[in-house]
Amino acid sequence: MTRTKTPLLWFLFSVGGTLAALFIPVHLFLMGLAFPAGWLQAPPYESRLALVKHPLARLYLFVLISFPLFHWAHRFRYTLYDGLKLKHLTELIAVICYGSALAGSAAAVYTLWMIR
Amino acid sequence: MNGPSQASYSRYHPKWYRRPVSVWWWLESWRFTKFVLRELTSVAVGFFALELLLEIRALGRGPEAYARFLARLGNPLLIVLNLLAFVFVLFHSITWFNLAPKAMQVRLRGRRVPDSAIAGANYAAWVVITAALAWMLLR
Repeated sequence: MTRTKTPLLWFLFSVGGTLAALFIPVHLFLMGLAFPAGWLQAPPYESRLALVKHPLARLYLFVLISFPLFHWAHRFRYTLYDGLKLKHLTELIAVICYGSALAGSAAAVYTLWMIR
Repeated sequence: MNGPSQASYSRYHPKWYRRPVSVWWWLESWRFTKFVLRELTSVAVGFFALELLLEIRALGRGPEAYARFLARLGNPLLIVLNLLAFVFVLFHSITWFNLAPKAMQVRLRGRRVPDSAIAGANYAAWVVITAALAWMLLR
């Protein structure tokens, strides 16, 4: 079981890590800092909605949510093992981490699908 | 070493001595601390994914919901949290790009492409993507 799953999880981890490294800083800077602090003018609701409605934008947003979530799940899982010495909770931690990433991805699909 | 004929086994396996390691082992040296901080960047990555998901949900719910979401992001506590997340995400990008040459060795016409070229290509891609996204998101 583990032998077949590990390469997939490693793949999700590394793709998610690369996407996160390349794409997240600018998004986080604008959404979390520049717009709320008023350094830059945030685009109005309508233009933002129009952008998100584009099929390619939806696909992009799904990828930008799902892969980084799996990256988090994989890395955080091992951080818990090593950092807090929780080796005895291996299964529980894995289920919670990958389960959250899976749930988040499903929520992203649903949310992006529901935008009219 | 004993050959197979002289092999003798004790019934009980001796308990190996293991130096007890504190939960705070990673504070013992800066290298360990840096390692754990690097691993913890994943929390900032997950935090961003959640935030982005909530933004899209607010967008889908209409202008009022979106305005409420933006107002919430203006809360000083969230700005501080986002600043912290941003610093961690930058740390992730830098450590990730610097490790890229070690994760993949590229060969060109039988010669190994130098590490600095691979890391450099990653940084160049980062700059281009950041500029393109900023242009699209600020229009």
